[in-house]
Amino acid sequence: MKYRIHHVTRYQYAEPVSLCHSIAHLKPIQTRTQRCLASSVRVDPWPSVSREHEDFFGNRVSYFSIQQAHKALEVTATSEVEITPLPPPEADRTPPWENVAERLYDKGDGMMTDARIFSLPSAHIPLEASATQYAAVSFTKGRPILEATRDFMGRIFREFEYDPASTTIATPIAEVMEKRRGVCQDFAHVAIAGLRGLGLPARYVSGYLETLPPPGQVKLQGADASHAWFSILLPDVGWIDFDPTNDQLSSEQYITTAIGRDFQDVTPLRGIFYGGGAHELLVAVDVNRVPEEAEAVA
Amino acid sequence: MPLADLAPPPDQPSLVDAYAPLAGCYDEMRTAEGEVRPHWQYFLDALRTLGPAGIEERWREASRLIRDNGVTYNLHGDPQGMSRSWELDLLPLMIRSEEWAELERGLIQRAELFNLILLDLYGPRDLIRLELLPAELIDGHPGYLLPCHGIEIPGGRPLVHYAADLTRLPDGRWRVIGDRTQSPPGAGYALENRVVLSRVLPSLFRDSHVHRLAGFFRSMRRTLTQIAPQRAEDARVVFLTPGPQNEAYFEHAYLANYLGYTLVQGGDLSVRDGALWLRTLGRLERIDAVLRRVDDIWCDPLELREDSFLGIPGLVQAARAGNVTLANALGSGVLEHDALMAFLPQLCQHLLGEELVLPDIPTWWCGDPASREHVLDNLDQLLVKSISGPSSQPFLAPGTMSPEARKKLAQAIQAHPSRYVAQERIQPSTAPALIGQHLEPRPTVLRTFLMAEDDGYTVMPGGLGRVTLGNESTGVSSHLGGLGKDVWVLASEPERQESLLPANEMLMTPAVVQESAVSSRVADNLFWIGRYAERAEGLVRLLRITIFKYAERSDVPLAKAASSCLRPLLEALTNQTQSFPGFVGEGSEKRLREPVPELLSLISDRNRLGSLPQTLQALGQAAYSVRDRLSGDTWRVIGNIESLQASLSEHPPAQLSQALDELDPLVTALVAFSGLSQENMTHNEGWHFLEVGRRLERGAAIASLLLSTLVPTSPEQDENMVIEAVLGITDSVITYRRRYRGGTRVGALLDLVFQDEGNPRALAYQIVMLQKLVTELPRGDLAVGRTAVEKLVMRSLTDIRLAEIDALIQVEKQSERRVALARMLVELTEQLAAISDAITGQYFRHEEQPHSLLRRTGSPTP
Repeated sequence: MKYRIHHVTRYQYAEPVSLCHSIAHLKPIQTRTQRCLASSVRVDPWPSVSREHEDFFGNRVSYFSIQQAHKALEVTATSEVEITPLPPPEADRTPPWENVAERLYDKGDGMMTDARIFSLPSAHIPLEASATQYAAVSFTKGRPILEATRDFMGRIFREFEYDPASTTIATPIAEVMEKRRGVCQDFAHVAIAGLRGLGLPARYVSGYLETLPPPGQVKLQGADASHAWFSILLPDVGWIDFDPTNDQLSSEQYITTAIGRDFQDVTPLRGIFYGGGAHELLVAVDVNRVPEEAEAVA
Repeated sequence: MPLADLAPPPDQPSLVDAYAPLAGCYDEMRTAEGEVRPHWQYFLDALRTLGPAGIEERWREASRLIRDNGVTYNLHGDPQGMSRSWELDLLPLMIRSEEWAELERGLIQRAELFNLILLDLYGPRDLIRLELLPAELIDGHPGYLLPCHGIEIPGGRPLVHYAADLTRLPDGRWRVIGDRTQSPPGAGYALENRVVLSRVLPSLFRDSHVHRLAGFFRSMRRTLTQIAPQRAEDARVVFLTPGPQNEAYFEHAYLANYLGYTLVQGGDLSVRDGALWLRTLGRLERIDAVLRRVDDIWCDPLELREDSFLGIPGLVQAARAGNVTLANALGSGVLEHDALMAFLPQLCQHLLGEELVLPDIPTWWCGDPASREHVLDNLDQLLVKSISGPSSQPFLAPGTMSPEARKKLAQAIQAHPSRYVAQERIQPSTAPALIGQHLEPRPTVLRTFLMAEDDGYTVMPGGLGRVTLGNESTGVSSHLGGLGKDVWVLASEPERQESLLPANEMLMTPAVVQESAVSSRVADNLFWIGRYAERAEGLVRLLRITIFKYAERSDVPLAKAASSCLRPLLEALTNQTQSFPGFVGEGSEKRLREPVPELLSLISDRNRLGSLPQTLQALGQAAYSVRDRLSGDTWRVIGNIESLQASLSEHPPAQLSQALDELDPLVTALVAFSGLSQENMTHNEGWHFLEVGRRLERGAAIASLLLSTLVPTSPEQDENMVIEAVLGITDSVITYRRRYRGGTRVGALLDLVFQDEGNPRALAYQIVMLQKLVTELPRGDLAVGRTAVEKLVMRSLTDIRLAEIDALIQVEKQSERRVALARMLVELTEQLAAISDAITGQYFRHEEQPHSLLRRTGSPTP
């Protein structure tokens, strides 16, 4: 399946901003199941400096700086990706989860060595006993890892309420655990904290989910949103993505932009600006299927 | 041992006989058999010759130098008590050249090794892939900064400078007990220790053939120029400090000055066009290299700690683009990892193909099964530390714990072994320190400093010795507290050419290559230094005259006093200090009758807005913020003012006569300060701001004084007293007497202190000076015409010049006040305030605090 993604972020400031530096993780990466065919980030006003580099995790990071006074900033990312989903392994035939934790320390297995960073606490996901205990309920002795993770994901989906008003980006995991409320980012963080507490590698995925209008209705423009979920490592296979917000494994409707240890590594757009006063933010995301015969984005 | 024992009569044993090294420790001065090590003998003999009185005298001299030079180290970084004096031991730590050469070899190897580790960890990570370093050790360490991964380091030297803390174990071998790899502090204190000691013990220093330190700092300058991306001769280097609140701010200012670099804070710098710039008045100057004392994570709120106000947004990107070099490279803090020491021998073998020359304290990382077993088996003999969590925790000594706590720790290690590291408990060597009047053995740590050079590293031949003041020998802090020691590396050959040269290290003055640029922050502080210094001086003058007049009139009945010339003076005090109600507002009648408590409060109450101590404190703080701009002499005067201020507010005078005694030296110090700023400061941009501040303040003070004293009228006898007082305050008595033998007295006075452009205490004179000064200020883009500030000054000057004294002195019948004069003075006061505002707006407009753009990921409703 091919998608064209249009992601617009617009800041409107009360006072002019004299200088602004920004970092964006908006260009989709290549994964086992995803090819990025084209991608561009347009910034308005025109930035004085604009660079791109690949970060530690292989994400494409755009840096730009605007040095002229401006009262609005618009960042438009346009990408075209192709998703070739792989059928998930049969859950009951995956190895016991304890084996995965042990294999992390296998000598000479580059994939496992590289994955060890995802088993460690990170800035936004410290070790959180309540999350570990919560996860342990699903990870019973010897349970195949995929089966245990599915169960864990399902419990988060059922037992946590989706409530954008309940948390901010600064809400610690302990509080989310206590309130049992949050948004996709919180659910991903809770899941990752629990898995890491058990010694498993788990990473944070930032991207988009294609939404479909109710049958018979036309899809509204800008109705999509950026999304976040988590993924676990299946030895010899690769990373498998789980979406606790929707209780499903990733499918061809999931588009990955960046991966990291937590939100902080892959924030879609962050920046530091001088001046500006109060600001308003507007985000519009469109994820649209590209008919097979259509031309690629110019 | 009382001091008298230090110098026994010639036929008695030497002074070290009572010096008993601690059991089980290596002592730097005495062998286990009680012999004095030969390289200490000369120094000890010299001490004996000095005698107790001589030693005492030298020690006092050293303390005085430290205080005068304002050498401070604020252990708790308390901005209120801004200066805890650095403490220096009179006895240096002495090391033989041959031994030093061996140490050097080990230190240089260690620096090379660390440099290679950094290059690998922020590049290919082979050490992790090859399992030479466990991934979780590095990736889980808060000092390993992923945003800095992949940045190419010019010249392949991320570790530009480095400091290692060493001590000697009972076997006599040196061991490394700690590493400082981000922005190693202490080299400035080492230099200052040397300056002080070589001054108080000049002949001893000269005859001991001590290796000099200057060469090390020369190579520092050379290296910093070379690592700059534009290796041209005119590469600009700045010294980045977290600011005056930092515990070691003295050192930052001192080293910046010594090396000839501009001392900057994060807010003075800005990233534009992908490069780093210093914001000076109306210009941006490109910066090529940064010698930083801001720790890694605080350096860039864009990619590192978002809540940092000490850094520069975009700095990581500027480094990534290769447009600026940082010493050290960002992320070098990972080398301060507590568990790294356990891996150094194998890393050294792998990266350099050599044995580690200088061993560490034996260290075990519990993530390794064999190490874990060893640690659990020998828990009581070890020190244990948790290395997880954002901030490093102190070492614990399980041997001293309660059985339960010990058991809990062992369980924690078993549950999460990779989060623990253990070290052997060590007995640091001891060195003699002069404690009170005794020579006592104290645990000693030697901090050594290294600097990258073209083909390797160079070691400072000396360093910073520190002795702990307590006797505890475990866990030596990485802070610089305790007692400092100079470190003398004794040249092996007994006679060297160098020893014929003057011994004073002070003589190695820096070759200032670059004129220090003035940032907005610096200009702002200098402006306020000018204002506060003048404000304080004016206030002291006014207080003195007021107290004199009060004393003269005290034989007159009190009721009369209130209506005498005292009243205008007291009112002037309140108006000038803005310390209402005072002698003007509510309850003033009572205070006018009994003015002493209010006067004493203005003289000594530090917490009172506008009081003398508060003004002096503000002066001290402004001066401290730009102390790299003030000469040693100026700083001594500031220190003097500080201590006079402290004594005023800590021991408030009980009587006015007593207060007067304290005000006299203060006037002298303040006059000295203004003299120094006139005569000893280069008349550059910064000086112009200081001078503008002074003139504005003096102008406003004269206007306020005249408003309080000459606008109201009084009976002739009193008016004479008022005139006399005003003349006294404005230092114009002699001119007045010489010039005016008749005529209206008030008119004559106004002539002299208002309109006379040749009298340095006249209002007109201040404006004339201002007019000259403001034309020298940066003009921005304005090529022709006059700046707003210039126009304002011009208007004030014209108003004064056009004023008719005869009209000004007219008294309005009804109110019995000189209304025209009042109107004129109020108008001028407002104009002066407008000039001050205009200068602030035009030159000191700091960039606003940066804000963060961040939002969380939205999520489609399920």
